[in-house]
Amino acid sequence: MSVSEHRVSLLAQSAADRAKVLVSMATGDRIFSTVTRVCAYGVLLLLAGIMLSLVIGAWPAIQAFGLEFLVTRRWAPQLDEPVLGALAPIYGTLLTSFIAMIIAVPFGLGVAIFLTELCPIPLRRPIRVAIELLAGVPSIIYGMWGFFVLGPFLAQHVEPAIVWAVQDIPVLNTIFGAEVISNISLFNASLILAIMILPFITAIAVDVFGTVPPVLKESAYGIGCTTWEVVKNVVIPFTRVGLVGGIMLALGRALGETMAVTFIIGNSFQIDGSIFSPGTTISAAIASEFAESSDVHRAALMYLGLLLFILTFIVLAAARLMLARLDKRAGA
Amino acid sequence: MAMSLCLAATVIGIVWLFLILFSLVWNGVPHLSLSTFIEQTPPPGEQDGGLANAIFGTLLMTVIGVGIGAPIGILAGTYLAEYGRYEKLSPTVRFINDILLSAPSIIIGLFIYGAVVVPMKHFSALAGSLALAVIVIPVVVRTTEDMLSLVPNTLREAASALGLPRAHVVWHVSYRAARSGIITGVLLAVARIAGETAPLLFTAFSNNFWSSNLLKPMASLPATINTFINTPDTNMKQLAWTGALLITVAVLTLNIAARALSNSKHDK
Repeated sequence: MSVSEHRVSLLAQSAADRAKVLVSMATGDRIFSTVTRVCAYGVLLLLAGIMLSLVIGAWPAIQAFGLEFLVTRRWAPQLDEPVLGALAPIYGTLLTSFIAMIIAVPFGLGVAIFLTELCPIPLRRPIRVAIELLAGVPSIIYGMWGFFVLGPFLAQHVEPAIVWAVQDIPVLNTIFGAEVISNISLFNASLILAIMILPFITAIAVDVFGTVPPVLKESAYGIGCTTWEVVKNVVIPFTRVGLVGGIMLALGRALGETMAVTFIIGNSFQIDGSIFSPGTTISAAIASEFAESSDVHRAALMYLGLLLFILTFIVLAAARLMLARLDKRAGA
Repeated sequence: MAMSLCLAATVIGIVWLFLILFSLVWNGVPHLSLSTFIEQTPPPGEQDGGLANAIFGTLLMTVIGVGIGAPIGILAGTYLAEYGRYEKLSPTVRFINDILLSAPSIIIGLFIYGAVVVPMKHFSALAGSLALAVIVIPVVVRTTEDMLSLVPNTLREAASALGLPRAHVVWHVSYRAARSGIITGVLLAVARIAGETAPLLFTAFSNNFWSSNLLKPMASLPATINTFINTPDTNMKQLAWTGALLITVAVLTLNIAARALSNSKHDK
């Protein structure tokens, strides 16, 4: 074989190798892109799967109680013909989340304002990390702490004083009234929820406050505004949409929180207007009763789960849309 | 005036963290000993016992949950950031993912109960792991997409200009540039599921003895704490505090590790 012949055959071989490599690369690329696409669409399937599985599980209860489930106050699974209604857990869920928001929103915003406007710079990071770590503590720890530490403390030292102080004032003595003050009550659950969602609100508010252009703040300071005036007239109006979005995200969290409230709410299906008496939430009812339930009772708990999912879905969707609007503006 | 209120709010917020940590240490440490790690969970009335089977169950289910959830999450995040960044369906996927990210975990438990436990007819560690995987996926999708989006496009273009197919660009350029960010996301996901209780209550359920069978119920630390809190037995309550201390320390360590990792990246 001459040298030139050898070169030609080598070239032919490398061209064939090249073609082979290119084909294998193209196949690899196609496979990889398909796999990633399937995984991404899997997220959509997950949502569909959750909905479907809840509806199927709840179907016997949906058939038995229909929409009246939403307004029925009685919860009597032990009867031969069980009467089950979601009014008490819905009431408890909305009430505890509402009280928790009333407590946590001013606190969370206060901390965020302190961190972004007032705090000495070397302290900013440690405080922020500490608050964010508070968000990482598992919810069962909050529940346990509330059950063993906070609940007894409130029942012995705080709640009797409040009950005594308002006993002769109409309306208030219903809201804050209690015949027996125990460690478990709607109020204790709300307080634990508030402690839990405080770091979420702070973290989001700090992020949202960060989107205010420094020029805006500086010009307000430049015309002689105090820090409070800058916060009130520049920072908060500028970030209003994002703040509401963040607060609703925290609300979504509070509505569905399970382990933090289950221990200290008592899982009692009553509505008596007092926040110092035991109650229940949707998630607490599911967590306490699901394992021991059967048939229609179990389906009714699934039905509760479905309601909770729809409720949180609406709240979270609204929150995300609001936050997205802020992102768009910050990007523009 | 209003500003001092903000200061007060911050002080109170931080005091909570220390109060909780303090009561965990105060109640958890006295009972912490070697037997916590090597003995099984006790029945009511006994004076000793540990948490060995619960610790093992938590470790096993967390590992399997992340093992299933993280790859799916990373791949889905890759699609959103690389192949499908501008596709029509991608904003919907992002939106749904964000909602699943904050969906109540007890709903995930109900979902896996209906989808896995009912067809299998009994509780199993596998179902628990799957429930945890469902929680991992949205966390990892979100961080992976965010981290890949931070990779400068010039890097990708340079690689593409050399003739590399897209898959190679992703594997050898994007993943390498975003590696520590993606690992941070996975660590955060581990921290999130290690303390999850609600989705395990009616998927993995719990038991009182050593089990490594994935098709049988399996104890986990959070589920054990949940059971032990509600007993009148003081020994079990003590163990619940010890378990709570262990899980909090583990979760906080993971969080701090994830934070340190993402910071070391920013410093470069």
